[in-house]
Amino acid sequence: MIVFILAVLLFLVGLYGILVKRNIIKLAIGLIIMEYAVNLFFVLAGYREGGTAPILDGDLAPGTVFVDPLPQALVLTAIVIGLGTTALLVSFAVKIYEKYDTFDIRKIRKLHG
Amino acid sequence: MSLLLYFIIVPLGGAFLLPIISRLRESLSDWVGNAITALLLYCSVYGVITASGKTVTYFVGGWRPIADIPVGINLVMDGLSGLMLLIVNIVALLVTLYSVNYMARYTDKGKYYTLFLLMVAGLNGVILSGDLFNLFVFLEITAIASYALVAFGIEDEELEASFKYQVLGGTASALILLGIAVFYQTTGTLNLADASRVIAGIGHTPTVLFAGVLFMAGFCLKAALIPFHAWLPDAHPAAPAPISAMLSGVVIKVLGVYPLCRLFFNVYGITPLIQDIFMVLGVVSIILGVFLALSQWDFKRLLAYHSISQIGYVVLGIGLGTPLGILGGLFHLINHSVFKSLLFLNAGSVVYATDTRELKELGGLQRKMPVTGATSQVASFSIAGLPPFNGFWSKLIIIVACVQAGQMLFAVLAVIGSILTLLSFLKVQRYVFFDALKEKWKNVREVPFLMCVSMIVFALLCIGMGLLLLPQISAVTLKPAADVLYTGLEYATKVLGG
Repeated sequence: MIVFILAVLLFLVGLYGILVKRNIIKLAIGLIIMEYAVNLFFVLAGYREGGTAPILDGDLAPGTVFVDPLPQALVLTAIVIGLGTTALLVSFAVKIYEKYDTFDIRKIRKLHG
Repeated sequence: MSLLLYFIIVPLGGAFLLPIISRLRESLSDWVGNAITALLLYCSVYGVITASGKTVTYFVGGWRPIADIPVGINLVMDGLSGLMLLIVNIVALLVTLYSVNYMARYTDKGKYYTLFLLMVAGLNGVILSGDLFNLFVFLEITAIASYALVAFGIEDEELEASFKYQVLGGTASALILLGIAVFYQTTGTLNLADASRVIAGIGHTPTVLFAGVLFMAGFCLKAALIPFHAWLPDAHPAAPAPISAMLSGVVIKVLGVYPLCRLFFNVYGITPLIQDIFMVLGVVSIILGVFLALSQWDFKRLLAYHSISQIGYVVLGIGLGTPLGILGGLFHLINHSVFKSLLFLNAGSVVYATDTRELKELGGLQRKMPVTGATSQVASFSIAGLPPFNGFWSKLIIIVACVQAGQMLFAVLAVIGSILTLLSFLKVQRYVFFDALKEKWKNVREVPFLMCVSMIVFALLCIGMGLLLLPQISAVTLKPAADVLYTGLEYATKVLGG
């Protein structure tokens, strides 16, 4: 149980970063921390105490405990998606720095309302 | 029926081929882009007619369910999916038609069509996918493509808007994925139909509801309902006009409203508490959205605030939970797709001709741009809910449904929202199209032929869509869609059989 609480705490750390930080690079880092906390949570959800790798072969004793393979497959996909979003986000941060000469979101304010 | 797979494969394949094709010849990308969206529209019309309101399930790779428990991925097209597919692909075709001339302002059309088709593939995927994780993957494909498209002009404002959109969109995705993790841990399945059975068995336990709260927050962020709306008024105006039309017209609905309906009606089973949340979010969005719109002087920003307000009507109607309310909500959803896309294209035409979006700088364009002017009047009357345009019928149904359900307050607020919308669009019409012609717009000309065609077709749809309420037409489009939501938990039986 404690690991789940820690994963959620990590998620909240990321959320704190997004809500409080003013530097766009730090915002990106907050988002990444949040994504990884979710991935961690998901993998932990599939973990079984004393389970083996979920591979079917002939000489398995009946009643063997498997680790749930589905979350692992899903997290792998989620990590790849995370890579895509992170790359896009960081490249935008660089572009914004070229245009505005700052990483501070208080100074990046051409949009009104 | 493997037709369902084509909705995803065709645009995805097109997106990968386009960078090569556009190398050969820039103008080829126009042809390929339009051909693919036309093909998709044909497939969706064909699919909806052959399915005629029944549920069609396709098991990817032939992994059929064993003893009613799904083991593979399945794609599902029922009434609701059919209706959404139809509207997404109609808007996509007309928007690509419009892009042929409009996107000549920007460099590299090949990349534009690549991203556009990725977005369409994602949208079709979200609509068709029968399990939660695929829904998430397609949702991310759409989101990433739209982040890039919002910033397609890579100017200061576009980058800023897109960054904001990315941070909030990323937060929404993280919330949704966390929801999926909690959901999976509790129910042990990700298939929507299977999960719906499991939840019917264990009931709404605290963990199931916690996942529900995460979904609600995540998808409301994607749908930009107030108080989750902060990104929309920046992101939608910053995009090129055809993309604004896609984003406001279909993306917020497919990524936000559709999964909310699917989850809470078909998987969770609707309860009075969830209905109340839907209705309150809807009414708050209607009123605040329209008030925020009233004070805007940027053409596209004003339209973006109206999107928030109009999505409020959709959610209010669906949240009523009565057959009439759901029908009205879904009808307003497709109507809004049509008239809001048209309005954004009109704004795009004005920008194309004059290079400004400031209402105060424009004036008297009616004489110079008769097609843009006339179509924008049709769209403005539709969004304001004047008869006989399509917006009138759907708003009427929603308001009547509110009264029937005994929600007099919501009905009154919906009427007030509609009147304020009319006021706001009278302002647009006066400042942009009527008023005296300013000296500097003397040489303005009507936009090219294809852009006119696209706008005229949208305008005809605005006028004609009231016909969808005729019993014969409604029986294959609106009625099956509303039934899917109204019959709620029967979804599992329809998809998995037995």
